[in-house]
Amino acid sequence: MISVEALSIAYQSGQPVLRDVGLTVEEGEWLGLIGPNGAGKSTLLRAIAGLLPHRGAIRFHGADNGSLRRRDRARSVALVPQEPAMPGGMTVIEYVLLGRTPHLPYLGSEGAADLAQARLAMEMLDLERLARRMLSELSGGERRRVALARAICQQADILLLDEPTGALDIGQGQKALELIAHLRSRRPMTIITAMHDLTLAGQFPDRLILLAGGRVVADGAPAQVLTPEHIRAIYRASVEVVNVNGGLAVVPMRTGTR
Amino acid sequence: MSSLPAASLRLHDPTRLRWGWFLFACAVLLASAVAGITVGPAGLTPGQVIGELAGGGAELSGTQRAIIWDIRLPRVVLGGLVGSLLSLAGASYQGVFRNPLADPYLLGVAAGGGLGATAVIVLWPSADSRLLPLAAFAGALAAAGLTYAVGRSVGGRSAVSLILAGVAVAAFFTALQTFVLQRNSETIRQVYSWILGRLATTGWQEVLVMVPYALVCGAGLMLHRRLLDVLSVGDAEAESLGVSSARVRTTVVVLATLATAAAVAVSGLIAFVGLVVPHTVRLLVGTSYRSLIPISAVTGGAFLILADMAARTVLSPLELPIGVITAFIGAPFFMMVLRTSRRYVT
Repeated sequence: MISVEALSIAYQSGQPVLRDVGLTVEEGEWLGLIGPNGAGKSTLLRAIAGLLPHRGAIRFHGADNGSLRRRDRARSVALVPQEPAMPGGMTVIEYVLLGRTPHLPYLGSEGAADLAQARLAMEMLDLERLARRMLSELSGGERRRVALARAICQQADILLLDEPTGALDIGQGQKALELIAHLRSRRPMTIITAMHDLTLAGQFPDRLILLAGGRVVADGAPAQVLTPEHIRAIYRASVEVVNVNGGLAVVPMRTGTR
Repeated sequence: MSSLPAASLRLHDPTRLRWGWFLFACAVLLASAVAGITVGPAGLTPGQVIGELAGGGAELSGTQRAIIWDIRLPRVVLGGLVGSLLSLAGASYQGVFRNPLADPYLLGVAAGGGLGATAVIVLWPSADSRLLPLAAFAGALAAAGLTYAVGRSVGGRSAVSLILAGVAVAAFFTALQTFVLQRNSETIRQVYSWILGRLATTGWQEVLVMVPYALVCGAGLMLHRRLLDVLSVGDAEAESLGVSSARVRTTVVVLATLATAAAVAVSGLIAFVGLVVPHTVRLLVGTSYRSLIPISAVTGGAFLILADMAARTVLSPLELPIGVITAFIGAPFFMMVLRTSRRYVT
């Protein structure tokens, strides 16, 4: 379980990014973070990953984030940034194996068990065929999968994904989320995704949090959060929310005269 | 079918050194060493040299033996160590700064080491020569810190701003060095030839000075080669993998700077080795530091032995400073790297 209490983060200029954010995520839950650009979604993920100084508390199973050693935290929290750095000359397997870092001694090197974990992660993401490819030769969708494989290889039970569908087309984006749902069915994980696409947000996560101006505006089941009223107030957009196939779809409505 | 991926992974276990390339580099190093000992006015043949080194050589005169053991071999070993350390330092700087242009010379580190060593030679002529690497280390560390601080404050993470800062720092330290020299003009000639880089030895003394530093830096950097791979995904991601990038960077910079200082203290400023060798090795074995670090160390030794051979023979019986040879190869190489790494440079 993750609990965040009274979390506040400011830029060096003093401009606040997150203000007094509180939330909890149950074990095994998939939480979607939505909100306009600059709402603080990425900042919240990076704070939970322990990468930002902050006021307030972040706890994993009751243990304070600040008191965890960097390595121990990396064993339980894996972050896939929006645009992961992909050193072009590295091979896919070399990159995936970087995920073993928190499980190795400081100056240590991987053993057979680590290699087996990397192999498993690559198998889960259907990447075996690409193992020896250079990262520079991969397509956008393949890069997403490789970054995800590194996080899986890290064997953390909390997975933080920043815009997992960013820069992907509608088909690739859908596949990326199906994949995350599939991974969760194979290995119990708590997942937090920052998401841009509200319709995908209405279909995949168990619960949504709407952030705006660094604050939590709404928190609950997708049907409670994705309402035309919220979306009008926060995004200044005029939409209809329709039920499709057990999920929600957010449909923009033209307002001017046709 | 299902065993196929497993087999291909075993074949390409990325946690292992690329042994084929490593052994090839070792063979090149040995061949370079034999060539370096053979070539010169004593009229030796490779067969005689190998025979003498292996302990079974018969038909050599006492003078030839002395030439092999007391003149050529120490010089080849010294060249190998210096080349090895400079290449290790270059590869490591490129890793921690994520900068393909980084090189001990271009970062100003070598000039800092030169100033430290010059100051001791000039101001304290009676000092034990074993102290020279330490004096060079102090100067080199100051230069490295200054280059990093200036480069960051000017251009953040841009590759070129770090190198420009390094060039400025090098110019500054070289000016200080010239000042120290002018005030003590009687030693100018000695130090001048040393600034241009030289491998002239007096037997085994320089080798003995270097060996402890070479062992410490070599072992230390070898141990960090996986962490250099982790750093290649950036500081934030390295942190999220549980690694303190600041700690790794500091340790590796200190080790690489000590390696540079040890090389500068015995051989002066030899430019571009740390650029040419790791980039060439990268083209052959890939960018992972697990293979790059050890193979660069071996290849760098071979490179400098061959460069020294050229320095001794091109204008024979005159000897060119070896720094001239490496710059002659390295400067065009630098321009090539600059062109191909434009995407990092903006």
